[in-house]
Amino acid sequence: MNEGMITIAYIAASILFILALGGLSNQESARRGNVYGIVGMLIAIVATVLGAQVTSYTTLIVCMAIGGGIGAYLAKRVEMTEMPELVAMLHSFVGLAAVLVGYASYIDPTNQLTGVAHSIHAIEIYLGVLIGAVTFTGSIVAFGKLRGIITSKPLTLPGRHLFNLGLGVACIFLGIGFVGAESLGSGMVPLLIMTAIALLFGVHMVMAIGGADMPVVVSMLNSYSGWAAAATGFMLSNDLLIVVGALVGSSGAILSYIMCRAMNRKFLAVIAGGFGTSGGTVVSDVEQGEVVPVSAEDTAEILKNASRVIIVPGYGMAVAQAQYPIYEMTKKLQAQNIEVRFAIHPVAGRLPGHMNVLLAEAKVPYDIVMEMDEINEDFPDTDAVLVIGANDIVNPDAQDNPGSPIAGMPVLEVWKARTAIVMKRSMATGYAGVQNPLFFKENSRMLFGDAKSSVEAILAAI
Amino acid sequence: MPMKIGVPKEVHAEECRVALTPNTAEQIGKLGFTIAMEAGAGENAHFSDDAYREVGVEVVDDVKALWASADILMKVRAPELHPGLGVDEAELLREGCTLISYIWPAQNEALMQRLAKRNVTVMAMDSVPRISRAQKLDALSSMANIAGYRAVIEAASQFGRFFTGQITAAGKVPPAKIMVIGAGVAGLAAIGAAGSMGAVVRAFDTRPEVKEQVESMGAEFLMLDFKEDEDGAGEGGYAKVMSKEFIEAEMKLFADQAMEVDIIITTALIPGKPAPELITAGMVESMRDGSVIVDLAAEQGGNCALTEPGKIVEKHGVTLIGLTDLPSRLPTQSSQLYGTNLRHLLNDLTPEKDGQINVDMEDEVTRGVTVIKEGEITWPPPPPKLSAAPAAVATAAPKVEETPEPESKGWGNLIAACIAGVLMLGVGSVAPPDFLAHFTVFILACFVGYMVIWNVTPALHTPLMSVTNAISGIIVIGALLQISSSSTVIVILAAISILIATVNIVGGFLVTQRMLKMFQK
Repeated sequence: MNEGMITIAYIAASILFILALGGLSNQESARRGNVYGIVGMLIAIVATVLGAQVTSYTTLIVCMAIGGGIGAYLAKRVEMTEMPELVAMLHSFVGLAAVLVGYASYIDPTNQLTGVAHSIHAIEIYLGVLIGAVTFTGSIVAFGKLRGIITSKPLTLPGRHLFNLGLGVACIFLGIGFVGAESLGSGMVPLLIMTAIALLFGVHMVMAIGGADMPVVVSMLNSYSGWAAAATGFMLSNDLLIVVGALVGSSGAILSYIMCRAMNRKFLAVIAGGFGTSGGTVVSDVEQGEVVPVSAEDTAEILKNASRVIIVPGYGMAVAQAQYPIYEMTKKLQAQNIEVRFAIHPVAGRLPGHMNVLLAEAKVPYDIVMEMDEINEDFPDTDAVLVIGANDIVNPDAQDNPGSPIAGMPVLEVWKARTAIVMKRSMATGYAGVQNPLFFKENSRMLFGDAKSSVEAILAAI
Repeated sequence: MPMKIGVPKEVHAEECRVALTPNTAEQIGKLGFTIAMEAGAGENAHFSDDAYREVGVEVVDDVKALWASADILMKVRAPELHPGLGVDEAELLREGCTLISYIWPAQNEALMQRLAKRNVTVMAMDSVPRISRAQKLDALSSMANIAGYRAVIEAASQFGRFFTGQITAAGKVPPAKIMVIGAGVAGLAAIGAAGSMGAVVRAFDTRPEVKEQVESMGAEFLMLDFKEDEDGAGEGGYAKVMSKEFIEAEMKLFADQAMEVDIIITTALIPGKPAPELITAGMVESMRDGSVIVDLAAEQGGNCALTEPGKIVEKHGVTLIGLTDLPSRLPTQSSQLYGTNLRHLLNDLTPEKDGQINVDMEDEVTRGVTVIKEGEITWPPPPPKLSAAPAAVATAAPKVEETPEPESKGWGNLIAACIAGVLMLGVGSVAPPDFLAHFTVFILACFVGYMVIWNVTPALHTPLMSVTNAISGIIVIGALLQISSSSTVIVILAAISILIATVNIVGGFLVTQRMLKMFQK
């Protein structure tokens, strides 16, 4: 294949990728969109492989076979609750690949550029490696946090902002040295040091972010992996990489923005890490009143006597794997002519849209799964709300208490329903570490215990 | 030795309630107490002696022995003359025992003195402090709830029309219009019951904060045409006496409404004071014939000038219901709720669940309920620390200071845009055309991405992330272009890159496919 044909193939692949993302606008077209994506990828790879530059087919096929095998195995085995971990891990791969391709491109002896073109190429490599390295270690730490290998509490080193700033300034100076380097050897030193700094920065950045901010982090790393691909595209003068990198980069950026808005947090504040450290007092001296515990049998009774029920799932549902019995319960209630719907807060879970996937896994039809904005006005007309393993996203303090660390965060107004039953393991606070006045409201009932066994007990009693 | 609880039959005429139901008996038994009750005590509330025996209650025929042997006596009504024995129930109390019942200490000073002389501890279920923690044992609330419901039923039985509006073949039926005065527990229960029967309900209360509660029950909240902002919320969540101007405006509102509505239900009470007179004889006269007034405050003197406590009378063509035993008219329900209130009290008194009560005067709730402690009158208690409704001061205090940030931010954005523009121009002036072509592609792709991603439904954000993961594996192209290099280092780097990028591509697409298959209608 000659250059022109490859370019045409790349255009086709770019269009197919855009269609793949566009297909996700609704559930019906999404699967077709994914097929477009696969076809686009095949076209892009085949066109590249058939190009004049590629000759060592054996190595290539072996690598792709191994990689493909691992990928297929992971995709098949992963539990839906582990999706955040998988996504984080895949991000780290993109980051690492970007670093490696950047190094390879730098030491490639066929690149004989001079003047401005050389400087720009150097900057491209530098940026590609920088973003790739940050993505790599950042994603690994995110993976560790999601897995529970690393504590999900934010690590707040003293003077960490200064530390970050120092790393940033060092990177800029090293970059100047790198671009100005005459020979391969003299450029390699700053590049290596910068890589080490970027790796360290990636670790430190994600370590400083708390567990509840994970959806933002994961989508932010998603964005970074895209920008890393785009930077690689610039350094290799490859438009397809640039297009895809830009698509992925903006996708991740928008997701981060949506997540931040859903938590009423500034993006920079999330990245700077440490939840609740920036002002805001927790009023804890006020007498909170008393929680009214309820048994699974009574909960079943309340649900049976309701005509409209809304279920609000949170991370606790994912942990307890309660989605299957919840759907069983939903079906039983629906059989008694009770309207059951699900309300999903944008940051419920550890990944954007995490709850939707878990409910879909349990075969909950997606037309009864509502977004916060769609359903929030319906709570006053609802007889019973079942909150399963969620806390901060249903905290009335976000609206009522301007001093609360989560003040201004949009929340599901479950307390407006006639009865709100909260399923929790204990009275512990949520990730934001603030007490939830919902539990003490007159129309709230607490059902303590593991979400799954509680739901099963309710199921048995209906 | 666990304490023995005695439950006698109520002696007050027409009183159908009982302080113990089989259900509460079972739960009280779990606290370690033994329970004895007078035979037939639950009869009027439709609980048979056998039902009690089944849950381990000893059923006793001898009333005197019951009184004499019990460590704790639980009743509904305050002690009074026992018609069968001819002695006052207070005299039957054994020294040192504990009596739990209604007492109304403010109105019954003589009774208080008599009880104090008996050297007993008395807990008055009408003196539960109005704090959130004590709600589960607040018998006034649970009884008021029943009274409010029953008031509507009584009104319906006296009222000559439907409550709900209908269009029938025989003509149109207008809905009944009901005004509820006082939106406390009874008032809200009445609003709920009347509303669910289809009536048009309006409600008035001097405390503006109940507006939301009234509206949540489906009624219209009547607002006064009154300039000054006067809040009728007194201490402890009850209403207080209002200013003269306020009362005038209020009376005008009632007079207007009286001419319009079919049924008036009044529930206005001010603690420790006779009930305020809100419906004058003139207003009653102005009502249409066949109208009904239910005066829930009849026992405390009545909100309506013409009601007669305990009776149903007709004056000026209007039926005036002054019944004072409304909770007793739903004896099964009221016994169950009152019994549960008592159980909650006992639960608080026996933290060890060993059948021994511990009257802890440091506890705010116990302090409020206990009106006589071992022969010493402890009523009235010190005022409660926290009202059920937040005080006005508390809500006003945490005002957030508005920072004038937005304005400066707008300028910041503009400046940032200008700087970015200048930088871009700078890059454009020196960069080779090759780079600029790529840059064009990059910027356009960013915008395409922006447009496309905003259309993605939030439910599919996880598949979006996994599919972007897959396509960002496109970085494999870079490695593919490098793998045929003559340099071994480059080949190794490229080989690793291809391997991990393929993991991404295959893994990402397959897991997306798997997820998307799960989404179904």
